[in-house]
Amino acid sequence: MQPQAEMVHWLFATGFLLLSLFLLAEAVVGEEVWRRRAWRAYLWPSFAFAMGVFMWPVMTFFTNSTIHMVAHGSWAQVMMLAGGAELGLVRGKLHSALWRLATPFAFLVSGLAFLLHEQNPWFFQRSAFLHHFLGWTLVLGTSVALLRALRPRWVVAQTGFALLFAVVAVALFCDRDLAPVFGHLSPLAGAPHR
Amino acid sequence: MTTSTATHVETRTDLRTRIVGALGPATILAGLVWAVVQPWRITLLHPHDQGFWWLFVEPPLLVVLAGLAFHRFVARPLLEDLAEG
Repeated sequence: MQPQAEMVHWLFATGFLLLSLFLLAEAVVGEEVWRRRAWRAYLWPSFAFAMGVFMWPVMTFFTNSTIHMVAHGSWAQVMMLAGGAELGLVRGKLHSALWRLATPFAFLVSGLAFLLHEQNPWFFQRSAFLHHFLGWTLVLGTSVALLRALRPRWVVAQTGFALLFAVVAVALFCDRDLAPVFGHLSPLAGAPHR
Repeated sequence: MTTSTATHVETRTDLRTRIVGALGPATILAGLVWAVVQPWRITLLHPHDQGFWWLFVEPPLLVVLAGLAFHRFVARPLLEDLAEG
């Protein structure tokens, strides 16, 4: 009855796609119009926080090694931290601008967790490729998140930040439990099941 | 000068309206194109002997649903606010 790991990735991909759309729309219309309805201001931070919460059952039920568990646990923590910090800033409960650094920090930790918990090379199989790809996307994307934190009203940084989530969504939608990547599939990986 | 500024503001608002209005439909279109290019990702097209999760989680349809939900619940109210100026 439990969904396969790839399905969980696709569900999270949908979440990241929605996050991307929210952020892109905010970047296009500007903060003033976006926050004209109070619920909209809380939309993406609470969504990110909720995705962090949902990462805990993923950590519990879908990890088959300690390193996987630690990686998923760290994603859960930093997603909740970033979402919570952004919520606090929007609500006015947090005043220090340093809280804006929670999101770049989450990007860096998430990227490193991807890179450190993938022990196979890029072309071992598709999920290995995507782990490397997502890891470097997030590590390099930290600079975009940092720019957004330092210059929150800069449209270029906002748009780049939104597009990062779109890239993450596409990568997660491409994930399969066992499949070739660009024609490469290590015999050690096993046979594709579907 | 004032007319020029007003026209500029209207043009910017118009552009924003078009982009926000297009985000949802573009996402829906992407999901539909994906479904056509990789029909085997839609398990509903060959549902025989499939378990619940294979029928419930269909990536191209998730993309379409995300686009629909965004357009209906986020973009439309946002377009109303943009129209109010």
